[in-house]
Amino acid sequence: MIARIVVVPKPVVNDPQGVTVRQGLALLGFGEVTEVRVGKYIEVRLDATSERAARERVDAMCSRLLANHVIEDYHFELEHESKGAMR
Amino acid sequence: MKFGVVVFPGTWSDRDCGWVVDQVLGAHLQYLWHKDADLKGCDCIILPGGFAYGDYLRTGAIARFAPVMESIGEFADRGGLVWGICNGFQILCESGLLPGALIRNASLEYRCEWTNLVVERADLAFTSQCDEREVLRVPISHGEGSYFADPATLSRLEQNGQVVFRYCDVEGRVRPNSNPNGSLHNIAGIVNSRGNVLGMMPHPERCAEAELGGTDGLKLFRSVMHSAAQVLTA
Repeated sequence: MIARIVVVPKPVVNDPQGVTVRQGLALLGFGEVTEVRVGKYIEVRLDATSERAARERVDAMCSRLLANHVIEDYHFELEHESKGAMR
Repeated sequence: MKFGVVVFPGTWSDRDCGWVVDQVLGAHLQYLWHKDADLKGCDCIILPGGFAYGDYLRTGAIARFAPVMESIGEFADRGGLVWGICNGFQILCESGLLPGALIRNASLEYRCEWTNLVVERADLAFTSQCDEREVLRVPISHGEGSYFADPATLSRLEQNGQVVFRYCDVEGRVRPNSNPNGSLHNIAGIVNSRGNVLGMMPHPERCAEAELGGTDGLKLFRSVMHSAAQVLTA
């Protein structure tokens, strides 16, 4: 199974990277962009007996290591692995 | 008086801290390898600056799981002195020994420059040789030193007097333009509620000899030396 995990700075946390990227997009003519938040994308391949079990384990991974609850939120999707799945 | 200086792969200020401890201060120095859980009877543990484990994922995120960190947590619980400098502060926050987190500087720049710090607590083991409201001149060197905590944590820190150092101007005035990294409330260093775990972004080990442009950092090392005998470590 593959977990596709997205970690983003909490809304209350100042995100200077996001602000700078937004300014860059505005300079390139994407003036319609009102906000950018820059986070992380993490792929985790794991063995699991069920989707529920995988969800519990990935949740624990996120809260213990992959995200810092003080400054970051996370969400993830699980995908059953097909041939040559992980890029 | 024995100082332990922790070395992780990627630590870079261990030798600077070690130099101050044994060459300038004349105290006993013990380097502690991150895989070694034995603190070897040290009275004060320094977590120095650098990029432990490459700062992969987040600063300090991997370092906090090193065997030495479990011992340091127990040592801190017993009242032992733990002093995190720069990357060490980030590791202490990740490990939960101090509240909050250090995030990317507001400017997005790596800042390597002298700063002024006003001492808000001169009653700690780390600051006993300073005067309250004294201004120390100490350099910073970091890209991720912007202190963040949620509003409830921040007000608790303020109410309990856990803010030890704040970035200020030469006269000790805490101003937005004396804040080099966007830290909330200009916070440069905090202590735990018990007063035995200090985290600070500036580098006192880099200003402990006149040849380096200043000696204010030595006051903190001398404070620890002076106070260590009075702190009970079970």
